[in-house]
Amino acid sequence: MTSLEKTAGEAPVSRHDRMRSRFGSRAAVLAVAGGALLVLSGLLSWSYDDRVLGDLSIRFYPAGIQIYAMVIGVVGVVLGLLLLRRPPWLDPGRGLRALGYGSVAFVVAALVSIAYQAGGLINVNEGGWVGLLGALLILGAALLCPPEHLDVHSWPRLAGWQEISIIVVLLAVLLFTTAYTLNIDDAATFGCLLVVILTVAIALLGSGFGGYVGFIGQNNRRPLLLAAFLVAFLFPFTQDGSDANMSIATQILIFAATALGLNIVVGLAGLLDLGYIAFLGTGAYVGAMLSQSAFATVGWKPPFVVVMLLGMLVASIFGLIIGTPTLRVSGDYLAIVTLGFGEIFRLAMFNLDGNNGPDLTNGPNGIPAIPDLTFFGFDFGATHTVAGIPLGRFSNYYFLLLLLIAFVILVFTRLNDSRIGRGWVAIREDERAAEAMGVNVFGLKLLAFAVGASLAGLAGTIKAHQDTSVTPDQYIFLESAFLLAAVVLGGMGTVAGVLVGATILKLLPEKARVVNDYRLLIFGLLLVIMMRFRPEGIVPSKRRQLEFHEDDEDLVELAQTEHLEAK
Amino acid sequence: MTVTEPAAPAAEAARRVVLEAAGVTMRFGGLTAVDDVSMQVREGEIVGLIGPNGAGKTTFFNCLTGMYIPTEGRVTLGGETLPPKPLKVVRAGMARTFQNIRLFANMTSLENVMVGRYCRTSSMALTSILRGPKFRREEAATRERAQELLDYVGLADSAEILARNLPYGDQRRLEIARALATDPQILLLDEPTAGMNPKETEETMHLIFKIRDSGMAVVVIEHDMRFIFNLCDRVLCLVRGTVLIEGSPGEVQSDHRVIEAYIGGDDDEEEDA
Repeated sequence: MTSLEKTAGEAPVSRHDRMRSRFGSRAAVLAVAGGALLVLSGLLSWSYDDRVLGDLSIRFYPAGIQIYAMVIGVVGVVLGLLLLRRPPWLDPGRGLRALGYGSVAFVVAALVSIAYQAGGLINVNEGGWVGLLGALLILGAALLCPPEHLDVHSWPRLAGWQEISIIVVLLAVLLFTTAYTLNIDDAATFGCLLVVILTVAIALLGSGFGGYVGFIGQNNRRPLLLAAFLVAFLFPFTQDGSDANMSIATQILIFAATALGLNIVVGLAGLLDLGYIAFLGTGAYVGAMLSQSAFATVGWKPPFVVVMLLGMLVASIFGLIIGTPTLRVSGDYLAIVTLGFGEIFRLAMFNLDGNNGPDLTNGPNGIPAIPDLTFFGFDFGATHTVAGIPLGRFSNYYFLLLLLIAFVILVFTRLNDSRIGRGWVAIREDERAAEAMGVNVFGLKLLAFAVGASLAGLAGTIKAHQDTSVTPDQYIFLESAFLLAAVVLGGMGTVAGVLVGATILKLLPEKARVVNDYRLLIFGLLLVIMMRFRPEGIVPSKRRQLEFHEDDEDLVELAQTEHLEAK
Repeated sequence: MTVTEPAAPAAEAARRVVLEAAGVTMRFGGLTAVDDVSMQVREGEIVGLIGPNGAGKTTFFNCLTGMYIPTEGRVTLGGETLPPKPLKVVRAGMARTFQNIRLFANMTSLENVMVGRYCRTSSMALTSILRGPKFRREEAATRERAQELLDYVGLADSAEILARNLPYGDQRRLEIARALATDPQILLLDEPTAGMNPKETEETMHLIFKIRDSGMAVVVIEHDMRFIFNLCDRVLCLVRGTVLIEGSPGEVQSDHRVIEAYIGGDDDEEEDA
């Protein structure tokens, strides 16, 4: 660059910078003040009535909601201070924006539920109003912040042990938050907490910490994976022997394992399958028919390991049978045909009751009274005490399912990162070109179908024992739709995304009655909103993100640099 | 532009015929896009395919590579009759590029070429999951060969760049590298220099010579006459689906019917694909 160009290029930048620093410092003052007010509000009384949202009426003794306000406040203060000395890889403004909207939503929700439950806004005490003011100040600060360009090259490199400790601390926070969240019974408090968690998470992710944490994760894959499994493994020990949350957790794990299988079909191979639940059902029926249940229709009782393999095998054969004719159509047609096959499965199970054809499934009654698993004398139905903490029936299944998930993740990631995975990407990108380059398009699609089906079948065999009964009405179209929603919501083609999606879709209806009553409405809205603002899902795969945003040059550049960094 | 030495005519007869198309006809309903076209391509030969828009050049390519099933006629590669399935055609040793670039846009250059290796590698699901030594050897070999091919076409430094971010000329060269990754005996190039500047065109010409010199046969569709007459050993001119003339560049160039077909014709049908 010549000197002339340099001066010409620099003059407006420096003026811009001056303006930026002036607004930046004002925004910082506002943000810090808002954060401080929120922290203060946590110490004040929010409600006159002491029965609402836990007890919020006592001063200088923060409970529930008040602690959440303080957490938001602290994050606000930190982001505000970061505004003054901004590292180039961070944009606290973006974080403040999320925090501003989120905290306003949170305080308003809290005030509304106080007013609603206690009868009128008159019951709101000074703490609530101080909190609202603080939230509004943070929002104001956010609106003052100019958008910054993130410089992803300047991520600080720390020593290996430091990066690993960051991962460990984050996961410990995750474990604590999860255990804490799950132990809240009050629906309104639970809802408020979710808003707070989402707000803080989006604020931190949005301001650039997310990218940095991802970067650290990239550098320490194995420790991250191990730590994540350790955290998941430790979760039952936080439950004090209570099976209530463990029951939900096992459901989430089965749902997630199945959704991961579906993600191979949808996310990796790019095939829309609306009848996927049939494969889970196949596995479950295989598990039930070969179980020790008195109602089992097959006399042969092989060991469970054999049953698992058979479940995989039968499901994948079904996958091949369904796939061979249907995979010749694509896109919407494939979705409709698979939807039809899903219904055929349910109706077949419904009718194989001895009156029409052989008695395999007992028809609508299904196969009940499936006994718990026993592995080498380890009874999954009994409570075992480890290190003084009792672990109930669901905890036992939880550990088994954790192994299942680990296996599914292994299959998913290894297939994705191989010749086959490259073939799938090529098919998604341009099917005809892929074929003209020698990629066996039909074979790879069929493979995705078979592998996905076999993983669902495997999950099904365990599900049969955990649920103790298998009936046709567990495998309706709606379940397929939910699985697909988990994949789309979480992020097509990623493991973490599907885990997040599955957790959201299973946890919310269990914990909040409102969500359960209107779950179709709420999830439908959620999907519509996601499609509008983030079609690639909560945790997107880089390539999928590019596919969805063909003309976003910044994103392309970012993906390019990240790709280079990762090498 | 440099004029290079065409392959010595004396040796031509001795060379093995790689590709032979006999009486290839393609009809879409009432429209005959390709009408009884026959062509022979020998080892180490560059054959040009020219003709005005809508003459059926690309359709003929699609018939050769199995993307269309020819209504009549036969395509043989190295003596074996080719089934009209793109997959089997590639395995048999014929690779192509596309008129409108069809790279896998969101994959890196290296990955694009690695996809080309798909049909020459064999690890399937179980091998990929178990990750034995065979799998790792094959992955490493695939990567190494892909990098070699990138070097070969002059994209050594662009391995990690997404295909969509490559400059236009590089995208065309990447398509050639991807096609070469399938270990073809014959390479079909559909307008390899469309949209290129003169410098890039000349680089492409040298690349094609280099490929020819490695013993491969090349068929090129092109509209740039200077390019095609400098490049090819033999030129076929297609007009309205039939072969108007076949001969050396000199013969075709001076044939008045070719000039008529391009300038004086009333043929303004659009090319189909």
